[in-house]
Amino acid sequence: MDVKKIRELFSKELVVINMGLESFADNLRKEDVKVLPMDWKPPAGGNKRLIALLEKLGR
Amino acid sequence: MKKILVRKNAYYDSVFLMLATKALKQRPGIKEAVVAMGTEVNLGLLKEIGLFSGETESAKPNDLVIAIEGETEEAVEEACRIAEEALKKRSHGGGGEKEEYRPVSLEGALKIIPEANLVVISVPGMYAAREARRALNKGLHVMLFSDHVSVEEEVELKETAVERGLLMMGPDCGTAILNGKPLCFANVVRRGPIGLVAASGSGLQEVSCCIDRMGGGISQAIGTGGRDLQDQRVRGRMMLMGIEALKHDPETRVIVVISKPPAEELAAKVLSKLEDTGKPCVVHFLGPKALGRRGSVRFSGNMEEAAAMAVALSRGEEYHRSCLSLSEAEASRVAEAEVNRMASEQRYVRGLFAGGTLAIEAMVLFEEEGFKILSNVRKEPGRVLKSPHRSEGHAIVDLGDDVFTLGRPHPMIDPSLREERIAKEAADPETALLLLDVVLGYGAHEDPCGALAESVSKAKGQVAGRGGYLSIIASITGTEKDFQNMAEQKKKLESAGCLVMPSNYQASVLALHVMRKVASKWM
Repeated sequence: MDVKKIRELFSKELVVINMGLESFADNLRKEDVKVLPMDWKPPAGGNKRLIALLEKLGR
Repeated sequence: MKKILVRKNAYYDSVFLMLATKALKQRPGIKEAVVAMGTEVNLGLLKEIGLFSGETESAKPNDLVIAIEGETEEAVEEACRIAEEALKKRSHGGGGEKEEYRPVSLEGALKIIPEANLVVISVPGMYAAREARRALNKGLHVMLFSDHVSVEEEVELKETAVERGLLMMGPDCGTAILNGKPLCFANVVRRGPIGLVAASGSGLQEVSCCIDRMGGGISQAIGTGGRDLQDQRVRGRMMLMGIEALKHDPETRVIVVISKPPAEELAAKVLSKLEDTGKPCVVHFLGPKALGRRGSVRFSGNMEEAAAMAVALSRGEEYHRSCLSLSEAEASRVAEAEVNRMASEQRYVRGLFAGGTLAIEAMVLFEEEGFKILSNVRKEPGRVLKSPHRSEGHAIVDLGDDVFTLGRPHPMIDPSLREERIAKEAADPETALLLLDVVLGYGAHEDPCGALAESVSKAKGQVAGRGGYLSIIASITGTEKDFQNMAEQKKKLESAGCLVMPSNYQASVLALHVMRKVASKWM
């Protein structure tokens, strides 16, 4: 079990990409964490068939 | 008077929408209000309550639906205006902050901050695994807050993470503390030499807060998601990975593991892994007591004791004494005073919990003392509440269970669910004692005890009105550094007549003292 990357994470400042609930990003900012909230939306307009197709295409 | 609006391609997160819906429903003259995305489930709900139009028929999961029914046109128009204003404000940066560019894809986000090392994902469950997979493939650690992710997907994600040496916390991981920073639902705790790995959200919060209260500190607290040790297919992958990471972390001198009782084979693996770290370790598996010691691993009897053991070990000491703030005799006196004021028909304990693990800790304690507890978190025949919405006999209810949170916020965010339940319990003349938990910290309500105090006062008044006395015992999971202000929160509950104990375990022990005395009246 290689945990080199986790040790690296523990030794650096957290830099977070937040995907989803906005309040999680707001709270991280209050703790002086660098955070970038994404403008996340369901992929392919939430169309399940299209999503499955995109997955197959590796997109 | 009804008004239904559909805004194409306007996506908002579920917690924000649920809170917006609640605020609209409370407006004068409003009978019903829904602000939600146009998912199949939401459209079905709108149909059921008669707030459906031709336009909603074509709504998609990316489209926002605002549906309001009110007594007058003015009330409805005003509610619509307020809803639109709140939504506009939210889409412009969450309230007053300067507008920032928000990338729509992970690739876009990484162009802006290529140094990103963690992705926090809390999108609806059906999309969550896809997003987590993409993040792992880009070499990023993941905290997956979302639930409703299949076990198969969880296994696949964790396999990928282990292969790539990354953290994959979750699915259904509500809390973690990395590098001293609280993530999602977490408390502000002191940094220190104790590392935690927990397959339980409220368990991690309770233990980390107890450690902080006892003067100890946390190096890292890793959440794994509840299924990590419970489901044979997941095979404790992230628990084992987390322990391995803490083994190599020079800041971590003591390791604590918290979980609901794991499958036997997995428990053995975890214990071997812990012994292999060469560091002193504390394990608390909720459920039947496994006390004592195996090599460098100590077993604790409850979550507060796990914290006390870890703090002692981090100071190079052994843990010897009980951490109860009330002696047997004192607890007995307090219980006596409570029971003396009760009416003769009051006989049952009712536990109303926001934290699932806190509910289980209380339940285990009562059952060890021979109380038959009914609950919505049980599966054994004869121990399951017929309806989670109605207590019978001695009952302990996890109000954070899916059955309560479908379409409404978790009780840690919105206290109204528990307020309604407290009123129900108070109306039952057989209720003797309410046992409650309050969880502070990020993610939680801004004034949970203030909200609770009001319903507690009403409930106590109602029971007193018919000549009885409702005993209420609570604990607060939080620290002095949490934004809600622990001392003030405690004061609010105490002013409402609650007995507030320093931990969930101690609240449960005091409740047990009361209920033993109640039971002896019925013998």
